[in-house]
Amino acid sequence: MTTPLLHVDNLQVEFKTRKGKALVLNGVDFELNAGETLCIVGESGCGKSMTALALLGLIPSPPGRVRDGRIVFNGENLLQATPARLREVRGNRISMIFQEPMTSLNPVFSVGDQIGESLRLHRGLDKAAARAQAIEMLRQVGIPAPERRVDEYPHQLSGGMRQRVMIAIALACQPDILIADEPTTALDVTVQAQIFDLLRELQREKGTAIILITHDMGAVSEMADRVIVMYAGRVIEQGSTAQVVNQPRHPYTQGLIECLPELGSSQHGARADLPEIAGVVPSIWELGTGCAFRERCPHAHARCASEVPPLIADGSGHTAACWLLEEAAHAAPALAA
Amino acid sequence: MNDLNPTSTPAADAPVLLRVTDLKVHFARPGGGLLRKPEVVKAVDGMSFDVKKGSTLAIVGESGSGKTTSALAVMRLAPITEGTVRLGDTDLAKLSESQMRDERRRLQIIFQDPYSSLNPRQRIGDAVRAPLDLMKIGTPAERDARVDELFRQVGLRPEQKHLFPHQFSGGQRQRINIARALATNPELVVCDEPVSALDIAIRAQILNLLVELQKKLGLTYLFISHDMAVVEHICDEIAVMYLGQIVERAPRKAFFGQPLHPYSVALMSAVPDLRGGRARAAARIKLSGDPPSPIAPPPGCRFAGRCPVAEPECAQALPPLVEVQKDHWVRCRRVEVVNGLAVAPLALPEIPAAALAA
Repeated sequence: MTTPLLHVDNLQVEFKTRKGKALVLNGVDFELNAGETLCIVGESGCGKSMTALALLGLIPSPPGRVRDGRIVFNGENLLQATPARLREVRGNRISMIFQEPMTSLNPVFSVGDQIGESLRLHRGLDKAAARAQAIEMLRQVGIPAPERRVDEYPHQLSGGMRQRVMIAIALACQPDILIADEPTTALDVTVQAQIFDLLRELQREKGTAIILITHDMGAVSEMADRVIVMYAGRVIEQGSTAQVVNQPRHPYTQGLIECLPELGSSQHGARADLPEIAGVVPSIWELGTGCAFRERCPHAHARCASEVPPLIADGSGHTAACWLLEEAAHAAPALAA
Repeated sequence: MNDLNPTSTPAADAPVLLRVTDLKVHFARPGGGLLRKPEVVKAVDGMSFDVKKGSTLAIVGESGSGKTTSALAVMRLAPITEGTVRLGDTDLAKLSESQMRDERRRLQIIFQDPYSSLNPRQRIGDAVRAPLDLMKIGTPAERDARVDELFRQVGLRPEQKHLFPHQFSGGQRQRINIARALATNPELVVCDEPVSALDIAIRAQILNLLVELQKKLGLTYLFISHDMAVVEHICDEIAVMYLGQIVERAPRKAFFGQPLHPYSVALMSAVPDLRGGRARAAARIKLSGDPPSPIAPPPGCRFAGRCPVAEPECAQALPPLVEVQKDHWVRCRRVEVVNGLAVAPLALPEIPAAALAA
């Protein structure tokens, strides 16, 4: 097996609060291979954005702190890197697109300056060369008349254009990993489709690995090679897109997929109620022992309250953290395969 | 929870509760200095629709298409430049401010963002009670009883009345907003993207609640959304807006069975769906560019500049909204009627069966 580009191992992040220490990431493990797209899905507060920030060394500290774990990128543990070394990696080898293209661009600098900044910092280009390269990046992300747009300011661009500029900034140094945190949530669907096309195309050309953070299962289905489902600070299921979307194993993932309104529902019969996942995500103070999903789970039993289920593998790379799977494996080993 | 309760579709002969005719909402933008002339932003530019009592009309479109502005105008929360808004027998557009105040109990709104639409310093029981107090409905004791009843109806407990909004999750806050909107027993409820700020797992809960309340109370919804799957689930009729105008209007089954306007087709094809994955994305109809400005809309069809099947004639005159099949209206000169059946100029892309079956 080849070494993955990125290996996250037992990542734990805690925040100091008035109520005490809150463990917002509780042992997150995953791998990312070069050139693939990994989607991280889950509800707000499950830790998906925190995972992304941890990868870039951007956990606000204090009050936040990485308590334990390793983030191994190209053989180097980023958690032990010096701030200077992290600055070399960030925006250069690993870069990020944020959710809100309006607030994540600086309103008082032209888009050319903002794209050129990382080129000047990381590549040592002079101003003219950085500007020329910025124009080239704007062209690559499909902005018409890049020679004119390069001198414009964010307020002169539409939401879709701003997100393209964000992508141009993130890709300027040809990073190995692009982290996109809900990059299309603020955009219309037709613009979202353009941005997804652009990401796929750039990935094909440059071989960038993408970590896409989203809560839209439709987006997962069309973008991801592999999927991680998070719940209350832990990875609760991971596998290939086909495995997770078509045969979800964790009751939470099953609920998440079932509760989606489906396109085409008007064509077969009368309208039915949508299946619901009862209740809400427990607050971090209510987790206690056992599986964090047990209060909402239709299959919860005694063991779920006492022990946290580990990720249970099925031999095909599809894992889920649910005791039902272990019991199923014991009851009928053939079924688990 | 998962049982298949067929929703009773409102009878075709149900009376019309809301009739909007040729609604226009124009905003004047003053000129600045010598060089900038005063301009008029035509946010809603000639929009007509009916909503039958007890049914849901969904208005969909992209940001800036005028869907929220038209709903606000129906509520008289945005100034009506021209046109009529009839709720039952009353033309809301003609009422004075004080007359409108009396009519407000008949129409209420649920806003998109459950965080900013509740006053953080007001106890939620008071928030739900406020409309009753303001409109002087019932005695104080009756109002208290009404608040308890509303809490139960939306799935909250009356003893939670004394809590503040920050003690609730987004989904629960949206329940509070729904209770507040229902306080005065309105006939029409405008739902402005009521679930788009919520997590997926919570969306289903709120959508089911809205459907249940509609059945129980006979509510009429004007449902604003950009999420086609949510709209397909909840609406009885749909109106698609583009740049201030309706480009297609049809009953739910007819529209989602065969959208006719090229913009509707492109919108449908842009929605990422669980089924289909990359095959679906690859087959997608690609729209280039952004919608034109509502300040100076192009003279012909407003979608012509981005339309994959536009002809030169499309850019010359604005096509009218035509009823091409029973109750199915479309604003496109390229839609033809052959043997009584409408034919879409741009078909939804076929997605390989293998990709869907997976």
